[in-house]
Amino acid sequence: MSIYIDKNTKVVVQGITGGTAKFHTQQMLEYGTKIVAGVTPGKGGIDVDGVPVFNTMAEAVKETGANVSVIYVPAPFAADAIMEAVDADLDMAICITEHIPVLDMVKVVRYMEGKKTRLVGPNCPGVITPGECKIGIMPGYIHTKGHVGVISRSGTLTYEAVHQLSEAGIGQTTAVGIGGDPVNGTNFIDVLKEFNEDEDTYAVVMIGEIGGTAEEEAAEWIKANMKKPVVGFIGGQTAPPGKRMGHAGAIISGGKGTADEKIKALNNAGVEVAETPSVIGETLIKVIKEKGLYEKCKTH
Amino acid sequence: MNIHEYQGKQLLRDYGVAASKGIAAFSPEEAVKAAKELGTEVFVVKAQIHAGGRGKAGGVKIAKSLDEVREYAKELLGKTLVTHQTGPEGKEVKRLLVEEGADIKKEYYISLVVDRATDRVTLMGSEEGGMDIEEVAEATPEKIFHEVIDPVAGLTGFQARRMAFNMNIPAHLVNKAAKFMTGLYQVFIEKDASIVEINPLVVTGDDQVLALDAKFNFDDNALFRHKDIVELRDFEEEDAKEIEASKYDLSYISLDGNIGCMVNGAGLAMATMDTINYYGGSPANFLDVGGGATAEKVTEAFKIILSDEHVKGIFVNIFGGIMKCDVIAEGVITAAKEVGLQVPLVVRLEGTNVDKGKALLNESGLNIIAAGSMADGAQKIVEIVG
Repeated sequence: MSIYIDKNTKVVVQGITGGTAKFHTQQMLEYGTKIVAGVTPGKGGIDVDGVPVFNTMAEAVKETGANVSVIYVPAPFAADAIMEAVDADLDMAICITEHIPVLDMVKVVRYMEGKKTRLVGPNCPGVITPGECKIGIMPGYIHTKGHVGVISRSGTLTYEAVHQLSEAGIGQTTAVGIGGDPVNGTNFIDVLKEFNEDEDTYAVVMIGEIGGTAEEEAAEWIKANMKKPVVGFIGGQTAPPGKRMGHAGAIISGGKGTADEKIKALNNAGVEVAETPSVIGETLIKVIKEKGLYEKCKTH
Repeated sequence: MNIHEYQGKQLLRDYGVAASKGIAAFSPEEAVKAAKELGTEVFVVKAQIHAGGRGKAGGVKIAKSLDEVREYAKELLGKTLVTHQTGPEGKEVKRLLVEEGADIKKEYYISLVVDRATDRVTLMGSEEGGMDIEEVAEATPEKIFHEVIDPVAGLTGFQARRMAFNMNIPAHLVNKAAKFMTGLYQVFIEKDASIVEINPLVVTGDDQVLALDAKFNFDDNALFRHKDIVELRDFEEEDAKEIEASKYDLSYISLDGNIGCMVNGAGLAMATMDTINYYGGSPANFLDVGGGATAEKVTEAFKIILSDEHVKGIFVNIFGGIMKCDVIAEGVITAAKEVGLQVPLVVRLEGTNVDKGKALLNESGLNIIAAGSMADGAQKIVEIVG
């Protein structure tokens, strides 16, 4: 078992004819991901690495039965691409694109209300279920199949954590990069719920960073609902407060969003927080040993 | 991207939002000329810097004659203002705004901001306007009112009126205030702002509702569709190294330490700084080379780091996903050769094409200290720099 994606997931790549998309389509195919279609308006009829390209998402889905999309469309057009995926009734749209204007995302989130599609990202590394399906830009080789779920707001920090786990012989069920943008789709709590229900996941690593209050909200949810041990890390503990203009940003966050606040909230929910990013793996191992889960999590 | 108060007020007027009348000035002579043109009895001479808290720092002066305007202009131009938003080094005043004095009955606070908790634009307002709004928010949050705005409907009339009533704007001026707010929302949306703050919004003796200050912050990711806003950018308000970095799409922030950092991904970049601090070192910068970096971008990043004379050593920490390790390695090698690298360099590479990247570095003949992990690299660079 895993969450969100597995070996049966049929993937459509939006913006497949771009340079980055082509490179990563190849990488995903090599990993074994079932990529059934690509979409680039105006390029319908050609193929990329044997993957048929369509003009519209509606057509791609109708012809191939794709149920998850990955978006590499340039930022000015990415919000539209997400809405097209939502309109095509996909189960999930994973948006890799960074630098999408925030007001575009405000519109997208409103557009998604009442619709079926789950959005992961934007500005995220994607989702991977090791050994089955890799969707996004993460390096596949650092992941190993296993029983620890990983959720992160930061792409490269996710790799860091996964790498440490794999090196220590701890595999992962699924790793989900939710992205660092202020307005996005899936949040920590959405993913924690899935890991909580997933029989194959025995423990979870959650990586946050300064800004916003998503970690504080997740901590509250964990305290009330989580049945499995969670280990955390918060990036930006020593970041200096930015030079800023005006007060509105500080007022809306109500003084929350600092690393200290987040660590305190997580500790209060029983989440052990790694002191440095280099000991995320060690911290998890310590906690699962205490809970008697180490042998069950040790995969290689 | 930030703009100056006088630019913000012009933008407001373009959208039919009332703002106090004034003229920008770059010299004492221009300031006097501006005051003559305004022709009022009282003038306000305001320092134009990209930071709040100017009033408390002595950057706003009331002048009752043209001579006083000249005196204050002389005093302010070239002065370094230190406010709680400038950082300890402060900001030098190079522009002024000369305004007509207003007959203020009461000061209010109004702002629009993208709220990540609701994924919506939120209008915030309070009758406790003026200088200490953050203290008001902390001590008496119930005095700050919120209206969450549906992007489809926009700021509705009833929401704007409700805000005005909540703020205790005099009943006969509620419609004027509501019109002010809807205009403010319109400029916010059409120009892709991320923050617009009017503090204070004032009601005057002659029943005007107008902006006495205007702070705009625009979404950098949306500037591609606002050439008019880009033209308002004042490069003198920004760090030279940060400007250079932005030309190459690099996210760079100057810090006080002596260890230069080059990292991919904002999260890993922050975590690298945390780790350097943990081992007793001090980073000279935050630098995220981003996802789509080329060898050329990496070379420029390297040059920017080295242009900081405080840098005594460099730590490159790359975990390649979208970013390929061989591209980073090529950039590092080119840059090191081009600038004749004099300081120690520790490199940690992992991720996509890592073997190619490591091979390139090994064959380069450069004196590069390889690190096996982020912690290892941080320890090594801290030890060397001392």
